[in-house]
Amino acid sequence: MGFFLETLISGLMTGMLYALVALGFVLIFKASSVFNFAQGVMVLFAALAMARLAEWIPQWTGIESKVLANVLAFIGAALLMFLVAWLVERLALRHLVNQSETTLLMATLGIAYFLEGVGQTVFGGDIYKIDIGMPKDPIFVLKGLFDGGLLVDPEDLVAACIAAALVALLALFFQKTTTGRALRAVADDHQAAQSVGIPLSRIWVIVWCVAGVAALVAGMVWGSKLGVQFSLSTLALRALPVVILGGLTSVPGAIVGGLIIGASEKLSEVFLGPFVGGGIEIWFAYVLALVFLLFRPQGLFGEKIIDRV
Amino acid sequence: MNQVASQTIAVGADPAGAEGQNWSRKIGEVILEARNISLRFGGVRALTDISFDVREHEIRSIIGPNGAGKSSMLNCINGVYTPTEGSITFRGKTFSHMNSRQVAEMGVARTFQNLALFKGMSVLDNIMSGRNLKIKSNLFLQALRIGPAEREEIRHREFVEHIIDFLEIQAHRKTPVGQLPYGLQKRVDLGRALAMEPQVLLLDEPMAGMNVEEKQDMSRFILDVNDEFGTTIVLIEHDMGVVMDISDRVVVLDYGKKIGDGAPDEVRANEDVIRAYLGAGH
Amino acid sequence: MFYRENGQFKTSYRADQQIFAIAQDRVAVLALIAFAFAVVPFVASEYLFAAILIPFVIMSLAALGLNILVGYCGQISLGGAAFMAVGAYGAYNFVMRMPGIPLVLAMLLGGVCAAAFGVVFGLPSLRIKGLYLAVATLAAQFFADWLFLRIKWFTLDSASGAVAVSGLSILGIPLESSPAKYLFCLTVLAVLGLASKNLVRGAIGREWMAIRDMDVAAAVIGIRPMYAKLTAFAVSSFILGVAGVLWGFFYLGSWEPAAFSLDISLKLLFMIIIGGLGSIMGSMFGAAFIIILPIVLTRVLPWFASLLHVQITTTAATHAEFIIFGMLIVWFLIVEPHGLARLWSTGKQKMRLWPFPH
Repeated sequence: MGFFLETLISGLMTGMLYALVALGFVLIFKASSVFNFAQGVMVLFAALAMARLAEWIPQWTGIESKVLANVLAFIGAALLMFLVAWLVERLALRHLVNQSETTLLMATLGIAYFLEGVGQTVFGGDIYKIDIGMPKDPIFVLKGLFDGGLLVDPEDLVAACIAAALVALLALFFQKTTTGRALRAVADDHQAAQSVGIPLSRIWVIVWCVAGVAALVAGMVWGSKLGVQFSLSTLALRALPVVILGGLTSVPGAIVGGLIIGASEKLSEVFLGPFVGGGIEIWFAYVLALVFLLFRPQGLFGEKIIDRV
Repeated sequence: MNQVASQTIAVGADPAGAEGQNWSRKIGEVILEARNISLRFGGVRALTDISFDVREHEIRSIIGPNGAGKSSMLNCINGVYTPTEGSITFRGKTFSHMNSRQVAEMGVARTFQNLALFKGMSVLDNIMSGRNLKIKSNLFLQALRIGPAEREEIRHREFVEHIIDFLEIQAHRKTPVGQLPYGLQKRVDLGRALAMEPQVLLLDEPMAGMNVEEKQDMSRFILDVNDEFGTTIVLIEHDMGVVMDISDRVVVLDYGKKIGDGAPDEVRANEDVIRAYLGAGH
Repeated sequence: MFYRENGQFKTSYRADQQIFAIAQDRVAVLALIAFAFAVVPFVASEYLFAAILIPFVIMSLAALGLNILVGYCGQISLGGAAFMAVGAYGAYNFVMRMPGIPLVLAMLLGGVCAAAFGVVFGLPSLRIKGLYLAVATLAAQFFADWLFLRIKWFTLDSASGAVAVSGLSILGIPLESSPAKYLFCLTVLAVLGLASKNLVRGAIGREWMAIRDMDVAAAVIGIRPMYAKLTAFAVSSFILGVAGVLWGFFYLGSWEPAAFSLDISLKLLFMIIIGGLGSIMGSMFGAAFIIILPIVLTRVLPWFASLLHVQITTTAATHAEFIIFGMLIVWFLIVEPHGLARLWSTGKQKMRLWPFPH
């Protein structure tokens, strides 16, 4: 029982981390109906930027404090993501306004290739470290109930809290600020939003900036855990079932979806995997999401797709 | 239309109908009946307890102010919506819900208010798609396209060409439908419905957005279809002149309820109908 | 001036419905086919076969298969390579477990396996649409990845899932040389291409396009969405499966599951978007573009760098390729979202009028 709970908790926390990546997808889709296949590469790009800047800033400015260097690196990486957002809107999105979903998806794939190339050229292709002082030693909880207590990875715990904080911030942003309201209007109906004077291109830049910051936070957390390397970009593929399970347009959906997928992935790998040869995590998540979709084709919290004749 | 075509094509048509003039057709028994149809979307009551019948070979119009539920009624007959209560009877068989394909197989075709044409295909292909119910050859034969598959394709092409002649859109047959002006698209919509050789044709505002000439053309097509093939027509239309001119009987809906039913002149004099259109103040 | 259809009157529906209705088109295509079959095998170099011609022919077939599902029937699929894998491993199993089985039969059976796999993973399309379906199709991709890596039965207990074939022959003629392989693949492409064209311009093709354009209206005229979608998945997967057999047997020779990864699926999608959705010819244009582009880049970049007197390492060159590839994709989508096929037909329109401007 203890082992089951450990696996469950570990899965739930990994799920929160997936949710971090999934948030980026949902934000962009909500506001521009673009499925950003480049989100994974954005996570890698942002993480690379932060890792390298954290190395270079002390070299350029002689700053000794690691905390300060990290903070500056974070800010620098965020600014870089803002630049990427602006460029993407200016050079690509603006010219693809009324194209089909598939065309936009392919365009984001093109952006993904581009960012990967640029990232590796500017920042290098090796494995880099992000060290933001996350606790590494495992801690044991509930020692009273279970013999020896349950093993919990504190890094995951901190990451999960960061994710929750980010989601809360975003929820506040969407509900309480005028820009947030404008974003929701654009997500609902592009043309109607334009007709009341909401500047579409500015909104898109803002959304991609926010998604970029979400990618940066995700990259920072995952990079601290796994090291900054190419496999970070394929992380997005693990987060996709979360997005479709939760609904392409729902921020809370990304969280709930993340928890479900994270838990099921871990549990299935540990308890089902040995019977069928192992390594089933990745397709299990997809198949699970697929089964959910059969009952709710728009995801758990997504908007119903209405066909009018 | 030439007589040869009407004899080879007409399915379920009343032979006596071909002999008659516009106004002295033989109108047959009840072919379609809606009983106590109610339709609700969440809190919105689109239709409340609607009952009416349609006789074979007649032209039945459904009229009413905007939002009265006319299209919803057609959607119920057609299987696009499932009524919350009530049933539809077609040729003696009663259904509480139908699916669109069953309805199509039973010989009911329709056009759409907002044109549900297949924008990526040509006019010819759009109308040919209406023949799909009748095409029998399977996948493998079609892939080879020799012998029976080819002959069947050509047979259906001939039929569709008659429809294209009838609707006078020959010049546009290879044009992608999305590039045609609205009036012509409406004809293609009608053509696709006709390609199904329907016994009952549901027309949802076929003359919306047309000028006087186009309306005359469309009225002529509708009357010809009714005349030559004996097709029963259920028509939603806003233009009172057209409705009064060509209909045999009229149903009037308002806010999802039936407020009038009968011959055009009766309905025109009906107090409730007048009030619905002009507003309660008058 | 030369391309006009003046004087070409069709006096039967059969003539009107030919695949190439314009006489000049017919002549050009027949000449091209003759050239491809009769001339190329003798003049092309070994390098040309290995690097361009054989991959082009096989990938054209694969792109054609995917185009039927995505371009004609409108169901976005990100799992194309999975069906290729099922075809390849399927045919491999038939060849290994039934020695003496004719190559063509094994290939067709591989296709049938892929078709069955396609129908199963196509069932969700009856409920799920659009981008949700696109992501769901990744389930097929990752499942296939796992299946051939972990379930040893499929790879005859090979440790890494790697398999190899050799000694391929048809009717006693060995298919070892490049021209022989090329001709075999080209024949398969020609046969399946013709069959696809027939399907697509027939009743089932219209059903597929109706589902793509507006599936609610399609149901109202009597089209069964389930039949249309599942046949699209079946036919598309069959063709992809056969292409997978060709890819594994004739291009790679030996392969492991990673040879049919998500990367290939995405490349296939690129091919049909750039080539043109809903166009048989477009599939081939797209395949040519995606195959030739990296080769051009690997040639051009070092030359360009040497012009600027800059030394460029291979890794840097790879990165630069990514950058340029990405930019080209986006640029192309902006300039011609309907693909090369649309550019081609626009070009033909202009040819009709030449030398007049309009």
